[in-house]
Amino acid sequence: MVEDRRLGDAIAYTILTIGVLIVAFPVWLTFVASTWDNATIINGQLPLYPGPYLFENYYRILFVGTSGTTREPVIGMMFNSFVMAMAIALGKIFISVLSAYAIVYYRFPFRMAAFWIIFVTLMLPVEVRIFPTFKVVSDLRMLDSYQGLAVPLIASATGTLLFRQFFMTIPDELLEASKIDGAGPFKFFKDTVWPLSLTTIAALFVIQFIYGWNQYLWPLLVTTKDSMQTIVIGIRKMIVTSDALTEWQLAMATAMLAMLPPVLVVIAMQRLFVKGLVETEK
Amino acid sequence: MAQVTLSNVKKVYAGGVEAVKGVSFDIPDGGFCVLVGPSGCGKSTLLRMVAGLETISAGEVAIGERVVNQVEPADRDIAMVFQNYALYPHMSVYDNMAYGLRNRGTPKDEIEKRVAEAARILAIEPFLQRRPRQLSGGQRQRVAMGRAIVRKPQVFLFDEPLSNLDAKLRVQMRVEIKKLQRALGVTAIYVTHDQVEAMTLSDKLVVMNGGQVEQIGVPSEVYRKPASRFVATFIGSPPMNLLPGKVDGPGIVALGEAILQARDLREDLPAGTAVEVGLRPEDVEIASEGAAGSLPFDVDFVEELGATQLFHGRLAEHGFVMQAATGDVAAQPGRLWITVDPDRVHVFDAATGLRLGRA
Repeated sequence: MVEDRRLGDAIAYTILTIGVLIVAFPVWLTFVASTWDNATIINGQLPLYPGPYLFENYYRILFVGTSGTTREPVIGMMFNSFVMAMAIALGKIFISVLSAYAIVYYRFPFRMAAFWIIFVTLMLPVEVRIFPTFKVVSDLRMLDSYQGLAVPLIASATGTLLFRQFFMTIPDELLEASKIDGAGPFKFFKDTVWPLSLTTIAALFVIQFIYGWNQYLWPLLVTTKDSMQTIVIGIRKMIVTSDALTEWQLAMATAMLAMLPPVLVVIAMQRLFVKGLVETEK
Repeated sequence: MAQVTLSNVKKVYAGGVEAVKGVSFDIPDGGFCVLVGPSGCGKSTLLRMVAGLETISAGEVAIGERVVNQVEPADRDIAMVFQNYALYPHMSVYDNMAYGLRNRGTPKDEIEKRVAEAARILAIEPFLQRRPRQLSGGQRQRVAMGRAIVRKPQVFLFDEPLSNLDAKLRVQMRVEIKKLQRALGVTAIYVTHDQVEAMTLSDKLVVMNGGQVEQIGVPSEVYRKPASRFVATFIGSPPMNLLPGKVDGPGIVALGEAILQARDLREDLPAGTAVEVGLRPEDVEIASEGAAGSLPFDVDFVEELGATQLFHGRLAEHGFVMQAATGDVAAQPGRLWITVDPDRVHVFDAATGLRLGRA
């Protein structure tokens, strides 16, 4: 049996390694491309090892910008993307925690109706309601602003649903014990529900931050100024150049930079995830 | 500390289900009242109404002199121990106990003093900085008790607090709860479905069934003079034997051919009235064969309980159980002759199930 397991392990590792290589190779290639000059890339002679232009390329793209279509330095785009992703993630958490708390713990008329209305919006992502949403945002003069970028994407049911399911697993006795201990609705939320929800909040934060960071269609519509564009839009503008050479080394450097914040968020939150998963007991 | 008075308390749920159908009794200051009954009898609902966790549909609940129907749970000056302990999982044991006091604005040094005191009484001092999940069931139970004690409430409410513990720990905690309640002198209401807990803990036993009170009394009285067939079979283990019979004259009942004296039988009943005769397994005595007033009991098999044995068999054509100290009777199938002290023969109305006792 020991032999068998060793063979099984070997097969598993082989498959895993192949999987990792398939995922990692394009990332590596992107990195390598961002460390050479454009001539090398255009020639089709890109080596598989990093070149000498790492600092030059990254400095240029972060603080100077390309010479082609969008001349904004990427640091500004990253800031825009970061503000948008944070606003979406935090705004969603704020709204969905409150709405789920209301739906689970308060008895008000049409409570279930309210829940179902929220639920139904799951079937209406931004892409479906894009015209009316654009009209509203434009009428509110929120084009080319952070509010315009973030607010329409904050409204969605996923978070409410997630927190509702989580709150329903908190035993009623905890609420009753809190009542007897003299904690009102707000105190119960602050002292008990919020600390118990931290892991769920972390999970939602990760998902929503990445969701916000990767937005393409919506920022494309509501931002026209270069100073308001997000990094995802920036990459596209760098690649699609009509009558000039694409500065591939800079586009690739931007891609690497665009990848960085979501990765950092995942790594940072993963710790909280695991800690929470181990410690949570209701 | 205060007495608790319930007057005609009712609970009707939105669907029209009547969970508690008008219950009245009072618990004296410092008394230990146990509500006992099968699942769904309304005992927990009643307790939760006293706690303020359920609204009171009709009637009045008073703690001390104050009617608390409209008072928030936090302001009723009660403390509750829940079946699953309901400890805050993200707080240390210390914080679990201190939380209610902090919410009330108790000064910090007073909180420290009270928690330390409660921890000493309950022997949970080493665990004060731990989280509930790091504790065993018995320790969590103590913390839940501690949370109630530090509040120095007028009334303790216990909602089946021992049912999540193993049998051995349950007996131990039962004794501790009783001792603690005596020492603190706080009025207590305790809900359980375990009749042993009910008997051992209570000064005042309230037996409930179907949303109504079947009997209220001190445990020994409930045991000796059950007010109804339900109480008779619910209180006592193994349960009382019930055999159909007839009134045969003043103080005499007939079980088929056999005749039995029942001292506590109403005298105004006409002969031939259908009754049910209740005999507790532990009240049965062995008689010599064919002795006057003895009944034949055919033993089918014997259960060994250690100190005692249970004899299962048939008496007057009906299933019957007798309990005897091990060694008193040969533990084998066969015919035994038994008698029962006329004081310990219970007679119930066959139709209503109520006790047909002397006034």
